[in-house]
Amino acid sequence: MSTTNYIGKPTSRVDGPAKVTGAAKYAAEFNVPNLAYGYVVSSAVTKGKITKIYTDEILAIAGVLQVFSHENVPSLAWLDRSYKDDVAPGGSPFRPLHSAEVKFNMQPVAVVVAETFEVARYAASLLRIDYDVVEHATDLEAKRDDGYKPGGGKTGWMPPPAPRGNPNDALQNAAHRVEGEFIHQAQHHNPMEMFATTVEWLGDKKLKVYDKTQGAFNSQQYVTKIFGLSKDNVQVISKYTGGGFGSGLRPQYQLFLAVLASLELKRSVRVSLTRQQMFSFGHRPHTLQYLALGANEDGSLAAVHHHALAETSQFEDFTENVVNWSGMLYQCDNVKLTYELAKLDVFTPLDMRAPGAATGSFALEIAMDELAYKAGLDPLEFRLRNYAARDQNADKPFSSKKLRECYHEGAAKFGWAKRTPEPRSMRDGSQLVGWGVGGGVWDASQQKAAASASLNVDGKLTVKSGSNEIGTGTYTIMTQIAAETMGLPLEAVTFELGDTALPEAPLQGGSWTAASVGSGVKAACDALGEKLLKLAQKMEDSPLKGVTYKDVQFVNGQIRLYSDPTQAVVIRDILPANGQEKLEADGSASPDMARQSQYSLHAHNAVFVEVKVDEDLGTVHVTRVVNAVAAGRILNPKTARSQVLGSVVWGISMAMMEESVMDHGFGRYMNHNYAEYHVPVCADIHDIDVVFVEEEDDIVNPLGVKGIGEVGLLGVAAAIANAVYHATGKRIRNLPISIGKLL
Amino acid sequence: MTKQTTQAPLGSPAIALPPTSVVTLKINGEERQLHIAPWTTLLDALREYLDLTGTKKGCDHGQCGACTVLVDGRRINSCLTLAVMQEGADITTIEGLGTEQNLHPLQQAFIDHDAFQCGYCTPGQICSAAALLTEGKAKTTAEIRELMSGNVCRCGAYTNIVAAIEEVLTTQKVQRHE
Ligand code: FES
Ligand code: FES
Repeated sequence: MSTTNYIGKPTSRVDGPAKVTGAAKYAAEFNVPNLAYGYVVSSAVTKGKITKIYTDEILAIAGVLQVFSHENVPSLAWLDRSYKDDVAPGGSPFRPLHSAEVKFNMQPVAVVVAETFEVARYAASLLRIDYDVVEHATDLEAKRDDGYKPGGGKTGWMPPPAPRGNPNDALQNAAHRVEGEFIHQAQHHNPMEMFATTVEWLGDKKLKVYDKTQGAFNSQQYVTKIFGLSKDNVQVISKYTGGGFGSGLRPQYQLFLAVLASLELKRSVRVSLTRQQMFSFGHRPHTLQYLALGANEDGSLAAVHHHALAETSQFEDFTENVVNWSGMLYQCDNVKLTYELAKLDVFTPLDMRAPGAATGSFALEIAMDELAYKAGLDPLEFRLRNYAARDQNADKPFSSKKLRECYHEGAAKFGWAKRTPEPRSMRDGSQLVGWGVGGGVWDASQQKAAASASLNVDGKLTVKSGSNEIGTGTYTIMTQIAAETMGLPLEAVTFELGDTALPEAPLQGGSWTAASVGSGVKAACDALGEKLLKLAQKMEDSPLKGVTYKDVQFVNGQIRLYSDPTQAVVIRDILPANGQEKLEADGSASPDMARQSQYSLHAHNAVFVEVKVDEDLGTVHVTRVVNAVAAGRILNPKTARSQVLGSVVWGISMAMMEESVMDHGFGRYMNHNYAEYHVPVCADIHDIDVVFVEEEDDIVNPLGVKGIGEVGLLGVAAAIANAVYHATGKRIRNLPISIGKLL
Repeated sequence: MTKQTTQAPLGSPAIALPPTSVVTLKINGEERQLHIAPWTTLLDALREYLDLTGTKKGCDHGQCGACTVLVDGRRINSCLTLAVMQEGADITTIEGLGTEQNLHPLQQAFIDHDAFQCGYCTPGQICSAAALLTEGKAKTTAEIRELMSGNVCRCGAYTNIVAAIEEVLTTQKVQRHE
């Protein structure tokens, strides 16, 4: 019997006690000595030039230390490439306080630094600025004819594949056809923790930077390149991140401003953004999608046309994979996918949970529902008839795909068989009841990641990798992997992350952390295990003499022979017996490209939703959701379930609430606060059931994990819209499904 | 091209700032003195002046509940009150509810039910739930949901938050009847 098998077990978060007691410290919570506070002044206009900043008036206020603006920023790196972070899209990155030019509303135009937060905030509110204003354009709908094919794009962007088959003829000749436009507005990540950076000045241009980020290394290289500092002088720390959802994939401007102020004032400085300012940078882009689908008499898909037009800034081409999924989720031989951008006077959009796929699946999965009705088929049956056994985009087999099981297990749990197909046919008292289905597909990817492992003479294991914890459970699953690999109890293992002094890990994003950092941690522990075995073999009367690493297992605090488990050495005894205080090893893991490139690597989900609609009031309640997910091996069903629960809440939010409302007259999001930018509260969330479909996959990575942070969001908004149609007979293709659209 | 000035000129002489004074707050059973200006919110007093950073700031406008603390047993948004207004009151923050070695039943239930992800809304949720328990108004799941709706969780941990609170509520009921 093994007591140290932790992988796959529902383990409570190892960082739980720190989080529930308030001991976990986030970026703005390091109260270093002699701290000054910076408060950002946001541009009041959308486009133009600053002609005058009345800095003197502010400097006269007691306690104000300095006002930084383009007028007094020292000369910094000149080339664009110094400002590019790990996931910068093509173009020319925004440089804070670089020139008098204003490119978007709420652009940071100055930072007021003072002795206290209160004085900085007050002084910032008084700073007068004159602008010359020119006309701006913020309305994507006015740019329908100005779309262009993006050039470079960013890492991970795949231009839509070339058309296949005869999409035009096939659509024309299809027995059943649907077409329509699908719209969602910009959405902002709004993690609970607002962006903040605390820079601790250690003298002589040496900085310790506590940053809110999803990648400490990304922040470090950004700072070192721009300010011409060496990596030894800039340590970035991010032990806890109060939500990311993609917003922390790029360094935000408070990092630049805090470092600037610290270097100039030779003092520790903190800059925190306000909730309003959380709407002044990257977001899920406002996107217009056109979909046309055709089906044959037998219910097979005849043609898929999917076009998207998304907003980007004037200075960067932000791209995401919106339409590609429509060429691979279902079997279809005639497919045309196109993707364009239009430039607006806004900040560059940014990856937001399941970027591209959340957008694309919302449109595709509603259109599929519409076509199922046209073809007279149950929407689930229609999906099953068009099941894609192979990735037709890449023309490769899937490394594993258990979407069919997701459909079956999800439907069984939900009770889908009891659904009557006609709209308005199901009721609960005075309320209309609707049931809808949707789903999606998401990349399973792995990045290179390094880790180190160190065993102490007291039997405690410390494993390190500079990854991040944004709520996904990184501390916990890495502790599980390390403990199981070394055969040690969970309590004996500490995992450290979020520090550029640790081995390098990739950005926390793309649902790849479990696969990437997990593999790195496993490699480091295996390396340590091999060293440990060698030491064990040196012990007197060692029963392990002459065997190789493959012949032994690490379990229950012992190294023992597979062939005869009674032949064992207690791990705790090995270092003392060898007179050693500590044993250390490094490891790193990279994807096995040669093997992986022959396959299409993806996670899938199917989601079933019940809504209840009060027709008199136009209110919709999402009363029941079953989300069935096939994402490889689940390392920790407890934290993984929470990831999917959160994704469902995000789907409900996307369907029913989220919308950054742009006033095109001002060029500003008018609901830029937590009261008017609606997200679900406790009373909005009812029963949510998560099903993990078993899926084995040793191709995707040695751990067999596909990542779980994003796939659960796919198709949720569509399933809700489909349920609303089933309940009311009204087809809403424009999110959010607000009361007004139903009355 | 149009000219635009954002604000009217400041009156001179330069603005006078409110003077600081000594404020005594009773926090987690301990008297704490601090030198602050009267415009300092209770939230900033806790986080910036007393290093009690367990209380979180998610909006500074009373819209999210991350800053929830207990004042004389009632839950309030500490960003919406000034520290000076709470002199003499009994203030309890998350640090006062329990410690890692000695968790409050709600803290333990939040861990057991995985009622958080990033953890940033969590201290506010737990303080809010603590008051909910003493208020005695929430008896059903629906009532818990309704009365916990002042605390946003962007990670979407609501299902588990409700489960955690329900568990503590039921145990309390059982204990009361014993
Ligand atoms: S910070 Fe007080 S309610 Fe949001
Ligand atoms: S746990 Fe992240 S906001 Fe609630």
